Amino acid sequence: MAPPDPAATDDLVTAAAPDGDTAEWTRTLTGTGPDHDRAVCRLHELLLRIARREINRREARSSAITGPERDDLAHQAAADALLVVLAKLDRFRGESRFTTWAYKIVVFEVSSKLGRHFWRTAEISMDADTRAWERLPDRFGSDPAGEPEWRDLLTALRRAVETELTEHQRRVFHAIVLRGVPLDALVVELSSNRNAIYKTLFDARRKLRASLVANGYMADKPSRRS
Amino acid sequence: MNGWSALDRFLHTDPQDTGCAETMDLLHAYAELVTADQNAAVWYPQVAAHVRACGPCAEDLEGLLAAIRADIG
Repeated sequence: MAPPDPAATDDLVTAAAPDGDTAEWTRTLTGTGPDHDRAVCRLHELLLRIARREINRREARSSAITGPERDDLAHQAAADALLVVLAKLDRFRGESRFTTWAYKIVVFEVSSKLGRHFWRTAEISMDADTRAWERLPDRFGSDPAGEPEWRDLLTALRRAVETELTEHQRRVFHAIVLRGVPLDALVVELSSNRNAIYKTLFDARRKLRASLVANGYMADKPSRRS
Repeated sequence: MNGWSALDRFLHTDPQDTGCAETMDLLHAYAELVTADQNAAVWYPQVAAHVRACGPCAEDLEGLLAAIRADIG
């Protein structure tokens, strides 16, 4: 499908003429009778295939899930995605092929389900501790022992976490940055949503960097990617 | 990679980054532009800024690109 034309509208989300396959999907799924039923079955098969492939692709997160449980997770993701697709059909605006839009939904369902599964096997305390701070340089690929500057930076960062952040921002920072809890798993733990947790961490990052810049630990502009 | 600069980049926030909700709303259109090599970051700079910083949304984008490419291939 062609990219949107910025000269034609201020809104980049502009529907182009749907390709034949997309038109057929929307026609049959919004209709009734045998054509509709066949389209729903075909869509479910497609979503299940994508869910299985996505679970396999995310091996680092899904390797603990094996056998029937793994296939059950794929079936749950496909079934939930099918419900979402059918419920949101009227919101499909044709900015992509229909199947791409549907794949997005099942990929997100797989993400969410792996986030829930994390807590069944994880042994992570949500409390702060000194060891988590000591391990922080490892998370950023550095050995603090050989770098006195790192120790100063960590001290300043820790002080900023304690003094600049709200309690909620501190909790999210501790979980994700110090303890390595996946963001989608924290969403489950805090009964929140991905956008809200990301925004909390975004605001925390902004505050912490401003504090480190104000105190001379970082330059105003970020380092270039190495 | 130097750990200091990695932390520096992690703490840096891009004002164009509008978050997960808007990214999720646009990800299918963005992904098709990526697969077609059509300057996705120019059309959707807010999505490009977000997936650079948000691991879960970047992972979803990778999954979506893999699904699209498997369909094409």
